[in-house]
Amino acid sequence: MNYQAFLIKYGEIAVKGKNRHIFEDTLLSQIQNALVRVEGEFHVSKESGRMYVEALSAYDYDELMDALTKVFGIVGICPMVRLEDEGFDALAQAVVAYIGEAYEDKDFTFKVNARRARKNYPMTSMELAAALGERILEAYPDVHVDVHKPQVNINVEIRSHINLYSTEVPGPGGMPVGTAGKAMLLLSGGIDSPVAGYMIAKRGVRLEATYFHAPPYTSERAKQKVIDLAKIVARYSGPIRLNVVNFTEIQLYIYEKCPHDQLTIIMRRYMMMLAEHFAKESNCLGLITGESIGQVASQTMPSLACTNEVCTLPVYRPLIGFDKQEIIDISEKIDAYDTSILPFEDCCTIFVAKHPVTRPNLKSIKKSETHLQEKIDEMLQTAIDTTEVIDIEP
Amino acid sequence: MEAYFDNSATTRCAQAAADVMRSVLLEDYGNPSSLHMKGVIAENYIKTATAQIAKILKVTEKEIIFTSGGTESNNLALIGTAIANQRAGKHIISTAIEHASVYNPLIFLEEQGYEVTYLPVDHEGRISLEELESAVREDTILVSIMHVNNEIGTIEPVEEAAKIVHAKNPRTLFHVDAIQSFGKLRIYPKRMGIDLLSVSGHKIHGPKGVGFLYVRDKTKIRPIIHGGGQQRDMRSGTENVPGIAGIGVAAAQLYEDFDQKIDRLYELREYLVQGMRSLEGTTINGACGRESAPHIVSVSFAGVRAEVLLHALEERQIYVSTGSACSSNHPAISGTLQAIGVRPELLDSTVRFSLSVDSTREEADYVLSQLAELLPQLRRFRRH
Repeated sequence: MNYQAFLIKYGEIAVKGKNRHIFEDTLLSQIQNALVRVEGEFHVSKESGRMYVEALSAYDYDELMDALTKVFGIVGICPMVRLEDEGFDALAQAVVAYIGEAYEDKDFTFKVNARRARKNYPMTSMELAAALGERILEAYPDVHVDVHKPQVNINVEIRSHINLYSTEVPGPGGMPVGTAGKAMLLLSGGIDSPVAGYMIAKRGVRLEATYFHAPPYTSERAKQKVIDLAKIVARYSGPIRLNVVNFTEIQLYIYEKCPHDQLTIIMRRYMMMLAEHFAKESNCLGLITGESIGQVASQTMPSLACTNEVCTLPVYRPLIGFDKQEIIDISEKIDAYDTSILPFEDCCTIFVAKHPVTRPNLKSIKKSETHLQEKIDEMLQTAIDTTEVIDIEP
Repeated sequence: MEAYFDNSATTRCAQAAADVMRSVLLEDYGNPSSLHMKGVIAENYIKTATAQIAKILKVTEKEIIFTSGGTESNNLALIGTAIANQRAGKHIISTAIEHASVYNPLIFLEEQGYEVTYLPVDHEGRISLEELESAVREDTILVSIMHVNNEIGTIEPVEEAAKIVHAKNPRTLFHVDAIQSFGKLRIYPKRMGIDLLSVSGHKIHGPKGVGFLYVRDKTKIRPIIHGGGQQRDMRSGTENVPGIAGIGVAAAQLYEDFDQKIDRLYELREYLVQGMRSLEGTTINGACGRESAPHIVSVSFAGVRAEVLLHALEERQIYVSTGSACSSNHPAISGTLQAIGVRPELLDSTVRFSLSVDSTREEADYVLSQLAELLPQLRRFRRH
């Protein structure tokens, strides 16, 4: 079927009162951004509380849908057939033909919803719906009308032209990116952090990211993997600025000076500190991590309390109550999983103690950190100064 | 200074090979099957390359089939002969230390109902000829033994093996994976009793994406790629003329002043081995002296993770492999190292240094001095 336009349905943002136009404008520009990567020419418009994408040239349906289903704020996308108004008979014929093409088995229940934006149409909405329903019943004897719970809603909109649609492709939901501020994602090469970034971006938040690189203990490929993951998240969130911090010296220093069962916690505290530094520098309103309670030793509640303690910005942990399989399901849905499981070591796993503390005591951690006094400030500064910034485009 | 010591993964393309490829790509770009002049010119490049290779191996030109590389050569040799000879039997013999491009086709053949005997190796990675002899049966159609092991460099006694196999069963075909030995050793298939021999272009300073299989005349083999009937129906597909021209030139150049080059390479290997031995906590894997290929040195560094050492060397422009580069995508523990009995704690601590005729003593010195500096640093920080 040849669809000339798409009705964009957005749920949540329609109820945002006086701010509504801000949300709508952001959604509109996010759709435009997404369409830049789709071959063809499109026009996005906002008309009396509805949004339309109109194809001005030939395009590939799957490519377009792939782009639109990644724009947060969209709840559903209805592919529409556009007709000129050539009288009721022509319209009825077109509707019958449309059903013939769109549905293989013609044994469903349906309802016709007619709307008139152009009130000078010679029939009322009710009359039009009833008349079209009759013609459909004549054409397909096995379909039945059900006005309460129809399987198929045939929508006919009378505007300057006529829109005809009955199917809806679900969108990703959420809020348009750019309506909620910016946050700093601690991105590793694992499964969780890209999912965490995706989920916060889904609430309209723009992302920045920090990755801790530990050459020679982690490879160039591990870094490339993180860049690839950032790209995957950016397909939803839009451009991401990625800070690549060289963490080797700090990690080795902690290894030398602190008890080995506390390594991971202390390391994570410094990671949070550095991430927060970059976050504040670029006006982020919070940090995002992929932690979930109890997943590993550093994610028990006492451990989370210890890492949390170094931050003044709020730390958003969207996966906190998720099981691993639930996280994997989202990771697969956003196409990050295959990249996440590539076997390159990340810096969290290099020096893991055999039996890391699972119930760290903040006092004892702080005491261990006093052993780092001599050089740690200088090392943090060096890490900040040598950080590589990579702008990730979707 | 830079030291590329990963020549068993791939080599730098020789200038002369790159030059001839450029001419083929930009000027003499005809299809060798075309009837017009452009086709004839292209065909002549193939003829030249075939002649260059046939001369080195002392075989006839019609016994060379060009392929897309070592992997395809091995696949064609194994699957092509297994299918063609299945009425004579379904038993194949190979070794426990073959490269994946031999091992996986054998697994495939096992799934098709063939039986494969894998010969074990000793602590230097060598097969036992007695065990080989007793493994050969009436229904053994093929024996496939690698010439030089890609991870440790040990030379297998292929000539003696071929003799034993053919003495016990004259109908059994003898295939040699020579991907790591061609260009490093002199190989004469006819004299050595080899029926099939696989070679790859990019391991010998030729381009990637090309290789060849020597198939002794009258060998029963069927093609595995079907199509337009090029290369006497044995390998359909428009010939990779630039690649073929490149591999011919690279091979010819490598075998010029061959003995001097190889003597020098053996000297350099020995120098590197001695240097490695003088470092603390090192073990050299595989065979010594002329029992090893001249270009591969496998070293285990106690208490150091090979991948970390690799990245630390990389920061100093020294490029090496852990185990075998071809299998680095799958960080599984090396089969060869396990087969020769490397201690479990060293499996993950083994690095392969592989030289080429262009490697120098200065590079070896640089590598050794960097190792002397790095090893103590890396041993300070160990995983628990």
